[in-house]
Amino acid sequence: MEKKIRVLVAKPGLDGHDRGAKVVARALRDAGFEVIYTGLRQTPEQIAEAALQEDVNVVAMSILSGAHGHLFPKVVNLVREKGMDDVLIIGGGVIPDSDIPALKEAGIAEVFTPGTPTTDVVKFIKEHVKL
Amino acid sequence: MDIAEEVLKGNRLALSRAITAIENEYDEATEIMKKLYPRTGHAFVLGVTGPPGAGKSTLTDKLAREYRNQGKTVGIIAVDPTSPFTGGAILGDRIRMNGLTLDEGVFIRSMGTRGSLGGLSHKTADAVKAMDAFGKDVIFVETVGVGQSEVDIVKAADTTMVVLIPGMGDDIQAIKAGILEIGDVFCVNKADHDGADKLVREINMMLDLDDHGPVQQNSTQKALADQFHHMAVGGSAAAGNAPLGYWRPPVDKVIANQNIGVKELIADIEKHFAYIQANGILAERRTKRTKDEMLDILSSNIGKYITGKIVDNGRLDGYVEKIKARETDPYTVVGDIMKEMLR
Repeated sequence: MEKKIRVLVAKPGLDGHDRGAKVVARALRDAGFEVIYTGLRQTPEQIAEAALQEDVNVVAMSILSGAHGHLFPKVVNLVREKGMDDVLIIGGGVIPDSDIPALKEAGIAEVFTPGTPTTDVVKFIKEHVKL
Repeated sequence: MDIAEEVLKGNRLALSRAITAIENEYDEATEIMKKLYPRTGHAFVLGVTGPPGAGKSTLTDKLAREYRNQGKTVGIIAVDPTSPFTGGAILGDRIRMNGLTLDEGVFIRSMGTRGSLGGLSHKTADAVKAMDAFGKDVIFVETVGVGQSEVDIVKAADTTMVVLIPGMGDDIQAIKAGILEIGDVFCVNKADHDGADKLVREINMMLDLDDHGPVQQNSTQKALADQFHHMAVGGSAAAGNAPLGYWRPPVDKVIANQNIGVKELIADIEKHFAYIQANGILAERRTKRTKDEMLDILSSNIGKYITGKIVDNGRLDGYVEKIKARETDPYTVVGDIMKEMLR
């Protein structure tokens, strides 16, 4: 019996590229996780449903455009509504420090901003994931 | 929640949890499978295989939409490779299927191969059963991008579609053994690219060399088979003069991302399924599948039981020391263990 950590890497909103999300996805792969990547321009509804069908332990979202304040909490609510109470939800991207407390309040377990070593993300997931 | 019961009631989260239990080989997985098994055997299982980048996921997306238009529910299991070095995986097939995510009649699950080398994971067949019991009418099993010899899909699928693209080698590739032997339906995708017609010709030449083998039939089956054969001839470019009651795999040209040729492809897939039903081939394949599956479970359980006993009571190290000292040999030791355990 093997409990493999499954992570949905998701890009909500209208960002034009996903370079950062791919770098993170690759780092998580190298850490031994199964990474489900769904590509650019996902709605919160799509992300929550993909999380359900894939039975992931972690949802890792990235936003560069500034829409995090609206979209991150929406995903949290939708995921919880589907009965996935123990899924760890984290965020990253271009996010001002001043926005972080509100995101955490809304249920984002941690926010990783530009310059974060990918090893920090891996470490955080390993320490906080519920299997 | 009782996962199996909830699956049978149509609870999607339960289906998702059941597949996780199966994949991770949790203790409760066997109990779940026991409860689901009586409700399996209704779905049509379509295997989709081919080299990386051939368009398997894009085609699966388009075919799934067609089935949805027909009012059928769809399950999709998409397998991608697990790293043999880290155990990690990038499962990226959903990227081509985002339009299906919010359709409640579709359930998509990505799986890593987790060490299996045949193009699927060891647990794919059980995941198919979970979706079958859940009530899906059509279940797609999309393999990893295969090379030449990953042919496990034929054991899991009722109809196997091989997706190829032009530009991957000369005509000698087409007569090699392996994945080109397993196609019930061939699809040449990206047919707007150079070399598509040549590839179709090469596959057709290869298929015309096949002996499609006589099929044992009763009169009803024969009448049905003749009828379907007739349809198959009408539907594919080079079905030629194959004897009645044989299936000559059609070769369809498709441009998946423009949705061109998809309707014709699905018609051929359905013809094949009708054909194997009418000929008793489906029943035969499912009998063989059941037999293989039972033997697999049996040998795996016996293996685990005996190995567990030897490791748990610490006898393994003692044997190893004796074998290393050449006082005995592994063959004798295993023979003794078998005699003792299976008395």
